[in-house]
Amino acid sequence: MNFEEKNMSKLDYLDQLENEAIHILREVAGQFDRPALLFSGGKDSICLVHLAIKAFRPGKFPFPLVHVDTGHNFPEAITYRDNLAKQLDEKLIVRYVADTIKAKKLQDGKGKFPSRNGLQTYTLLEVIEEFEFDACIGGARRDEEKARAKERIFSIRDEFGQWDPKMQRPELWNIYNGKINKGENVRVFPISNWTELDVWNYIKREKIELPSIYFTHERECILTEHGQLMNTNEFVQIEASDVVVIKKVRYRTVGDMTCTAAVESEAYSLDDIITELKEAKISERGATRMDDRVSEAAMEDRKKGGYF
Amino acid sequence: MELLRFFTAGNVDDGKSTLIGRLLFDSKSISTDIIETLTKQSKTSGIDTGIDLALLTDGLRAEREQGITIDVAYKYFTTDKRKFIIADTPGHIQYTRNMFTGASNADLAIILVDARNGITDQTKRHSIISSILGIPHVLVCINKMDLVNYSEERFNEIVNDYKEFAQPLNLKQTSFIPASALAGDNVVERSSNMNWYKGETLMQFLENVKIDVVNSDGASRFQVQYVIRPQTNHLHDYRGYAGKILSGTYKKGDKVLVLPSNIETTIEKLEKHQAEIEVANALDPVIIHLKDDVDISRGSSIVKVSETPQTEREVNATICWMDNNAFQPGQKLILQQNSFRTKAIVKDIVGKIDIHSFKQLESDGGMKLNDICKVFIKTAEPISFDAYEENRHTGSFILINENTNNTVAAGTISLS
Ligand SMILES: Nc1nc2c(ncn2[C@@H]2O[C@H](COP(=O)(O)OP(=O)(O)OP(=O)(O)O)[C@@H](O)[C@H]2O)c(=O)[nH]1
Ligand SMILES: [Mg+2]
Repeated sequence: MNFEEKNMSKLDYLDQLENEAIHILREVAGQFDRPALLFSGGKDSICLVHLAIKAFRPGKFPFPLVHVDTGHNFPEAITYRDNLAKQLDEKLIVRYVADTIKAKKLQDGKGKFPSRNGLQTYTLLEVIEEFEFDACIGGARRDEEKARAKERIFSIRDEFGQWDPKMQRPELWNIYNGKINKGENVRVFPISNWTELDVWNYIKREKIELPSIYFTHERECILTEHGQLMNTNEFVQIEASDVVVIKKVRYRTVGDMTCTAAVESEAYSLDDIITELKEAKISERGATRMDDRVSEAAMEDRKKGGYF
Repeated sequence: MELLRFFTAGNVDDGKSTLIGRLLFDSKSISTDIIETLTKQSKTSGIDTGIDLALLTDGLRAEREQGITIDVAYKYFTTDKRKFIIADTPGHIQYTRNMFTGASNADLAIILVDARNGITDQTKRHSIISSILGIPHVLVCINKMDLVNYSEERFNEIVNDYKEFAQPLNLKQTSFIPASALAGDNVVERSSNMNWYKGETLMQFLENVKIDVVNSDGASRFQVQYVIRPQTNHLHDYRGYAGKILSGTYKKGDKVLVLPSNIETTIEKLEKHQAEIEVANALDPVIIHLKDDVDISRGSSIVKVSETPQTEREVNATICWMDNNAFQPGQKLILQQNSFRTKAIVKDIVGKIDIHSFKQLESDGGMKLNDICKVFIKTAEPISFDAYEENRHTGSFILINENTNNTVAAGTISLS
């Protein structure tokens, strides 16, 4: 075979990752009738929006931003979301888990740190049905978790949103087969191949604004038995035996307030964050998520159930 | 920093997942919480690591239960020199399409061989697939050296067997490393058990191997992915063709041909990231504006008039059949090449590749899961293409079953 070393230019890895993501976003635009971008207000979906700007401006996005609001979000993330949609003049659709709970008479999250993480799936499937979305773009990355590491960039889901890891289509070269049968939809992950550090390096390079909770600030937290710092808020039941501390913390991921832990940090700037991450001994999800600790296949099971 | 994409291949249990686990473990790329979890899960435990290293990539429940890899896992790590994307692919023949998936984008193949067993059918199959995919480098890692007393003789024997087998494959570059993934010999740390081996460790090899990079010198190739038409008052007449430069370069004023409609026009403007640019290089995501209003849509190609590709309603190709259901003669298929799609049928199965000898055998007229065949395909619309060995982007395609929508084959185009 003959891939000769002609006069070849070398691309930086961030350019390669960016090019790949833009290519994928444009494939979604070209292949689907009713795509959506699932926007959470976290850094990964903020990067997706930034990539969409590069992929489609001066045109409008060929998809709305869709947020499944658990009601347990950080207020900073919600403000950021609303400002961004306004500033970009793009359509934002918000659906509330609380409404699903009421309508479907579901059991709300219980316990000390009541999580609506599992309940999100119901609302997500409802909004997909309501708007007949055929493709949902998400910011999941393969380095996050071992089941995610196995998922295709175009991941076909059945009518119930279920992922069948044993039946994944082959995905060859940069050719994406988004053809689906009625009722099915596709989850698309343009930044599959990015690591947490890549995301931060990209945010720095592109000078992307973030919600303030990604940077260090003082916060009142409960120190859990696993050594995690959970911020105190109206949803968390504080007991007399709880160790409540005030710490300088930041968030590595922005999920629900009830199940995302803060990490102690002195990082005031993007450079500080990058330095901190290079030295971090604990993985992103390990440091911040309570929901994956339940079982060794927690993520795989949630995906099979229709989760992102 | 440079990026190297590689995959591991080889027979079931030759140690692919363990090798990747070892690479990540010894290069300190695994977080402490992950090590903790793996320690709890490990039934068997490594000699010095206390964990079953394969569990790092075997992320599905079924994989952990059966102790085999079913689908590709992607892992990422960085050293001071490079950034790596690894695809750990399954060795079991049943999951060859997943191996193909992990291999198709790679710069380098690591093919593992169990030193006790030597070359197996799967070693051959994966080497042939690497050859068909034009993987620039193949590294044969002779693993489990601990189980053959770290024997130099055994190593040399396998190296010779492999060279003899691989002769007709035209692999661009092959290298050999003796290792033990389980014990860590020659992965990141140099082995003290094999002083006879003077070459690089796996990690040194990965950090130093030359990466073939983007081809800006090739013929100009671009396919439209999506047409951007804001249709606002302000941008009423804006009409831009969004896509990726597949190879070559483009600049404002270039005389171009739109295919398959075969209309000549001129590049009026090039945009990238919301700014006008003078020159667009390979892999740049751009928006192209043309002087004239022409018939052009998703899947159309824009090429310089002096560098036109072949455009035909038929192609010769090597394909790997990937569907559980065997090929049905006359079956209606969709051929997808990048963003271009057309109806297609396989008119003739010219021959079948024998995975033992790489020889082309006479076809029995059928294609079953994992068969590699030379075929002749007719398409409904004319397709613009280059030979795969000239251009990976315009010489590759997939076939989709019109009924099930599944991807049923992967193909590489040859010119004759
Ligand atoms: N003694 C010895 N055992 C090894 C070595 N490498 C791997 N093994 C063992 O071989 C078995 C299979 O290893 P895996 O890494 O799961 O093999 P694989 O190639 O990934 O298998 P599939 O992905 O299912 O094709 C495990 O029990 C490993 O511990 C080695 O260098 N020496
Ligand atoms: Mg394996």
